Amino acid sequence: MTFSLNEASRAAIDREVAKYPEGQAISAVMAGLRIAQEQNGWLTPEAIEAVATHLNIPPMAAMEVATFYNMYDVKPVGRWKITVCTNLPCALSGGEQAAEYVKEKLGIGFNETTADGRFTLKEGECMGVCGDAPAIIVNNTRLCSWMSREKIDALLDELK
Amino acid sequence: MLEIEIDGQKLEVPDGSTVMDAANRLGLHIPHFCYHKKLSIAANCRMCLVQVERAPKPLPACATPVTNGMKVQTHSEQAVTAQKGVMEFLLINHPLDCPICDQGGECQLQDLAVGYGASSSRYQEEKRVVMNKNLGPLISTDMTRCIHCTRCVRFGQEIAGVMELGMANRGEHSEIMTFVGHTVDSELSGNMIDLCPVGALTSKPFRYSARTWELSRRKTVSPHDSLGSNLIVQVKHDEVKRVLPLENEDVNECWISDRDRFSYEALNGEERLTKPMIKQNGQWLEVDWQTALEYAASSLRRVTDEHGAGKVGMLAAPYATVEELYLGAQLMRGLGGGSIDTRLRQSDFGLDGKLSGTPWLGMKIADVSKLNAALVVGSFLRKDHPLLAQRLRQAARRGTRVSALGVSGEDWLMTTHARVTVAPSQLAAELAGLVKAAADIRGVAAPAAAASASVSDAARRIAQSLIDDGARAIFLGAVVQQHAQAAGLHALAQELARLTGATLGYLGEGANSVGAAVVGAQTGLNPQQMFAGDLRACVLLHAEPELDAANPAAAVEALKRADTVIVMSPFKTGLDYADCLLPVSPFTETSGTFVSIEGRIQSFHAVVRPKGETRPAWKVLRVLGSMLELGGFRFDSSEQVRDEALSGATGWLPEYKLGNTASDVACATPAAVEGLQRVADFPIYRNDALARRAPALAATRDSAVPSARISTGTAQAAGLATAKRVRVRSAAGACELDLTLDDTVPASCVRVSAGWPQTAPLGALSGTLNVEAV
Ligand code: SF4
Ligand code: FES
Ligand code: FES
Repeated sequence: MTFSLNEASRAAIDREVAKYPEGQAISAVMAGLRIAQEQNGWLTPEAIEAVATHLNIPPMAAMEVATFYNMYDVKPVGRWKITVCTNLPCALSGGEQAAEYVKEKLGIGFNETTADGRFTLKEGECMGVCGDAPAIIVNNTRLCSWMSREKIDALLDELK
Repeated sequence: MLEIEIDGQKLEVPDGSTVMDAANRLGLHIPHFCYHKKLSIAANCRMCLVQVERAPKPLPACATPVTNGMKVQTHSEQAVTAQKGVMEFLLINHPLDCPICDQGGECQLQDLAVGYGASSSRYQEEKRVVMNKNLGPLISTDMTRCIHCTRCVRFGQEIAGVMELGMANRGEHSEIMTFVGHTVDSELSGNMIDLCPVGALTSKPFRYSARTWELSRRKTVSPHDSLGSNLIVQVKHDEVKRVLPLENEDVNECWISDRDRFSYEALNGEERLTKPMIKQNGQWLEVDWQTALEYAASSLRRVTDEHGAGKVGMLAAPYATVEELYLGAQLMRGLGGGSIDTRLRQSDFGLDGKLSGTPWLGMKIADVSKLNAALVVGSFLRKDHPLLAQRLRQAARRGTRVSALGVSGEDWLMTTHARVTVAPSQLAAELAGLVKAAADIRGVAAPAAAASASVSDAARRIAQSLIDDGARAIFLGAVVQQHAQAAGLHALAQELARLTGATLGYLGEGANSVGAAVVGAQTGLNPQQMFAGDLRACVLLHAEPELDAANPAAAVEALKRADTVIVMSPFKTGLDYADCLLPVSPFTETSGTFVSIEGRIQSFHAVVRPKGETRPAWKVLRVLGSMLELGGFRFDSSEQVRDEALSGATGWLPEYKLGNTASDVACATPAAVEGLQRVADFPIYRNDALARRAPALAATRDSAVPSARISTGTAQAAGLATAKRVRVRSAAGACELDLTLDDTVPASCVRVSAGWPQTAPLGALSGTLNVEAV
């Protein structure tokens, strides 16, 4: 699978690089990976390498970052990535039950994708909204609070 | 200075020291895994926890800076409880497979587990398993054993200069790996095996071939480059099983190159010559030593009588020992004026007799680390001198301004101050530009040869760095030594050194090239004259002219014409031009001495008995000398030979024997060259007889089949942009190679490596090539 950063992505990465001192392009690796993921849907090895090449850092340095943070997807994901927080504060306030409910509804476990390619379920780390537990984030961008069964039903119905 | 008390002992340490540094100075051992004196501090294993007065929790000794008046206990109850706790965690996921682990017996985890581990595990759950990785032909992995100390990762980033291994994933899922599909290709990669404190990274060629406690450790010196790396050779049943570094901070520090480490495989290989052989009526016969020696002696005698000693020559590899070369020179002299030389790859001998001494580094190797600025001219630095490159890399990290003027833009994996990459014919012009720049900065008139040179910005930058305060040096590499204008380039570099005040030095071609010059093994006709003239008898000592000569095709021609060619080699080689093969010891099977590029004299003993009927070459030469009834061969030991050869010098060559100052040599003028010029390197594992025959090294990327490498621009200009395979022709011959686009090759050049049979027909290392698609 070949991949190359499109013009918009390259420009976006360069904007990030400019935020750091000269010779510190490696500091923009997280933003670079995010931008490549947005372009491609998920981070193929080629996408990771493209970011590394663009920043002139070793591919493995980018790979370390891409595999460390769980908001980067190094495996293909469905159209909607549902990430349920199961860290301690959420877990104490129904996070695990919320995850169980999503599993049951979608018929998949963590890190699995529905057969129709619509949903991927992920187990998330603290999203910084512990007071709103259970917390769910959709496609890394849409944060949903107090995810009761009803709200989960509504959310999944809405995502086509 | 800061005062610290560790386990009741007081000492003062410089500001910035860590508790670990302080403990090391006291000779106290604090258990550790991730800490390594040559690597940055990661503090991720937590094994080094110690108790610090007034600190609420134990602190990692490797990462805790000493503060004034600090009181540390390394073996208090709190410290030991913490250390034991860490050990328990480390062992949770460790497979405990010591009985089948190559690291067993030399494993830091095993050793520390004896002291800090419990006798049984409280952990009853499932252990994790990590898939092994393919890191290439040299390093074998058992990744489940990894304790994530990241020493291997930091080694790549900091010492090798390239991050090939990294830690993917997080927490319990962390794994050491390369980027998808990559292998570990660094020429220093084997050091990761030594650094890995457990059996996660082990030697692939050594795998399962012995237990470490069965091996005896013997000291020796590497024959593979001019540095003189100190080695430990590990031996079992009289066979070399493994090679490790012997720490010598002033030479190889605690590292060795992969060439030093893995070449030993050739010693036990199929190609070893174990019996003398002579060729009769076109048939090779195995004979006993007496017959072979008589044959060799009478051939030499006959040729000398018929044609005169002027038609007799000896060609030795620059890694033959001092003793071998001295006796070889003695033999040639005894015959009444035979020639001997080691500089097979050289083509311009204009410096002969003009230098103030033997060309050498110009300084101690340790002083390279202290340079403020260095200019390396014409060197495939990483591949020719892997550890010197490493030393310069560390220096560059500390601020040394390293510049390069050369014929290849290959990444040196270090920060360079300026880089100029040009075609071989342009080296003179660029050097002249540097001379001019230096003269301009100094405000003096440039010497005539450089007066009209054009000065680039890079040249000014480099010249300025060589003029600025501090120690600075200009090093000439193999490309300069092998250049058709070697003497003229030297003269220019010498001018540059004079104007800038930098020290001029040579990087050196072989483990004993300095020794060879000093013991008179470069007398009479030079190799070029021998091959071009009417050579009637030739003795080859370790040398393989079919690959090593500046013009292999012409060399082989000359050898085929000769009446007798006597090969002294550990390997079956030269079968098509020789008539007598004498199996002589490689460096592991003989005592001997190398004089390194810094003038350091290092003697070593044999580490194993000679294989089969192999004999040390110095003894063979001694017998030949006696058989020919030549004087000066009465030696009882190699030490006696060495003492006579080096006039009793030990330790270091006296400085007056060394010197890089030429007098009366004209500066090179740039040659105008039409067409594509050849850039030739000797790939790292095609450089000497041993490395060439080591299977694991032959499987590395550095040993990839040679191709014609050309930059994209040049390929387009030459209409080769889409060519896959090309026919390369020189004045001497032709060969067919794959074409590779490689933008490190300067414009108007084709890089075709030497040291391969495939490219030998091309003859000269320099000159123009005609490249056509096929
Ligand atoms: S492979 Fe060895 S050196 Fe590398 S992190 Fe694991 S234990 Fe440390
Ligand atoms: S623990 Fe779930 S958002 Fe913080
Ligand atoms: S040695 Fe100090 S934390 Fe590893």
